[in-house]
Amino acid sequence: MKSLSTNSNRSTVALPSTKSMPAKLFGSGRLADRLFKLITLSFALVIAGLVVLIIIQMARDSMLSFEKFGFSFIWREIWDPVRSEFGALPFIYGTAVSSILGVLIAVPVSVGVAIFLVEHAPRALATPISFLVQLLAAIPSVVYGLWGIFVLAPLLRDSVYPRIQSAFGFLPLFQGNPTGLGLLTAGIILSIMIVPIITAVTTDVMRAVPRAQPEASLALGATKWEATIVVLQNARSGITGAVILGLGRAVGETMAVTMVIGNRPDISASLFDPAFTIASAIANEFSEATSEIYRHALVELGLILFIITFAINAIARLLVWGATRGHGKAAHA
Amino acid sequence: MTVVTGLFAALVIVALVIILGYIAVTGVSELNLGFLVNNPKPVGEPNSGIANAIVGTLILIAIASVIGLPVGILAGLYLAEFSSSRFGNALRFLIDTLTGVPSIVVGVFVWTLMVQPMGHFSAMAGGVSLAMIMMPIVARTTEEMIRLVPQSMREAALALGAPVWRMSLGVVLRAAAGGVATGAMLAIARIAGETAPLLYTALSYNYMSTDINQPIASLTYQIFYYAGSPYEQWHAMAWASTLVLVGMILAINIAVKLLARNRYQ
Repeated sequence: MKSLSTNSNRSTVALPSTKSMPAKLFGSGRLADRLFKLITLSFALVIAGLVVLIIIQMARDSMLSFEKFGFSFIWREIWDPVRSEFGALPFIYGTAVSSILGVLIAVPVSVGVAIFLVEHAPRALATPISFLVQLLAAIPSVVYGLWGIFVLAPLLRDSVYPRIQSAFGFLPLFQGNPTGLGLLTAGIILSIMIVPIITAVTTDVMRAVPRAQPEASLALGATKWEATIVVLQNARSGITGAVILGLGRAVGETMAVTMVIGNRPDISASLFDPAFTIASAIANEFSEATSEIYRHALVELGLILFIITFAINAIARLLVWGATRGHGKAAHA
Repeated sequence: MTVVTGLFAALVIVALVIILGYIAVTGVSELNLGFLVNNPKPVGEPNSGIANAIVGTLILIAIASVIGLPVGILAGLYLAEFSSSRFGNALRFLIDTLTGVPSIVVGVFVWTLMVQPMGHFSAMAGGVSLAMIMMPIVARTTEEMIRLVPQSMREAALALGAPVWRMSLGVVLRAAAGGVATGAMLAIARIAGETAPLLYTALSYNYMSTDINQPIASLTYQIFYYAGSPYEQWHAMAWASTLVLVGMILAINIAVKLLARNRYQ
């Protein structure tokens, strides 16, 4: 029974994680089975290979810009399509500031919600609440943008920003003329959008902490709050991963940011001033890119964005994988 | 402390209710049957509608599903059933990375791959972009669901003399079908709301079109377009279109949640 050799191999191992090597699987068995495995493998390779193809294709289509500016593209501050002078710094700045603002606002809220869900809320309440929090992630980006332009931005312009300005107006961060469209508004919209993912992953890593940890500290006389701190300390690296995953989302977010950030390629200290992110620059200007080099510069911006999000996601996933050992739904949300 | 953390949870839910409530109240005033069955008309003319955008979104979802679902499901099957742990982890890492690729980058990539060589925008290019976003999600949820299938079912199939491919498709995948369908529905809900990948692939079109070689309208593109216009009437249309889109997406999400709960009880 040659055809069963791989199968008997499989049936002796109980755990699905211990797999025989692919070479062995392809080397024996019926032709149809080998073909079937080859087909499934090739589909998996198609998806994984897309990552490589994105890099090759986009590198090829940003050649002109790279040849002209080299690596200085990254720190050049000028963006002048008319004179074909391009640099990524204003966009990198706008992306960094808006994303960091989003993360700063979202993290306390998300960790608070996660603590509530894991430590305080009764089971019957935790499930619907976490479902509602995840519904925020189901709302499309363009809808956040629409709501941002017509509801949030006017509200912030009329009743929130003037108050911030009268209290902290001496800081360069809050000077200028708030129009409602700018870095801070983008940061606030982003924070709402990334709360679900940070909450979901933080909840997962907190649940992965052995219950013996908080129970031991409770037994030693710790208060409930101190026991929660123990859980948070144990989940430290996983929570860091969750935050970085949220950062990755914020960095790549396009439509909502494009609609509320004001779209001006300037570097300004004030959070009220309009700016541009890498993603919003591509969304706004790609169709207007008339010259070859202009388009290549925009594709190069896209490549930079891809590399940044790749690095951020890689770090985050390693941290979250380590904390949950691959378990938990949100680990690859 | 329960109070403080509970307040955070309440804050997030209040934000959700405010956003959804505003969409419902503002959108419903413009929404009527004519809006759903008419095509867009120039500003100022009455009885303008979004029928072409609804059809366009459905066509884009169909193209993406035809490409993305088989690839995603079989890739997930490979990851769960056949991959060695090291090679599988490398694949998983790349696939998860694709989930994190910003959707605008996907749009530009497909532009360089399809729109530039073909010389025109097309529904096909839009569908391919959406499929790229869909595939990694479907692959990973399928893998999770297949891992839940008991080992004894595989052994039983093999003991009856079934070849591996029949065991995989007829027994394992079938047992996991409910979960796989759930993942597929969530992926569809996700791509239905994407705008950025369509900006430079499917673009938009003012009339009803079902030609996948031509540009095509979509709900999300129309919302973006109407929101950026200076006309009150178009703003109202943006809100009504949003109500249709969000209603569709939330309906899928809630249905999936309810179905999943019934299955595991």
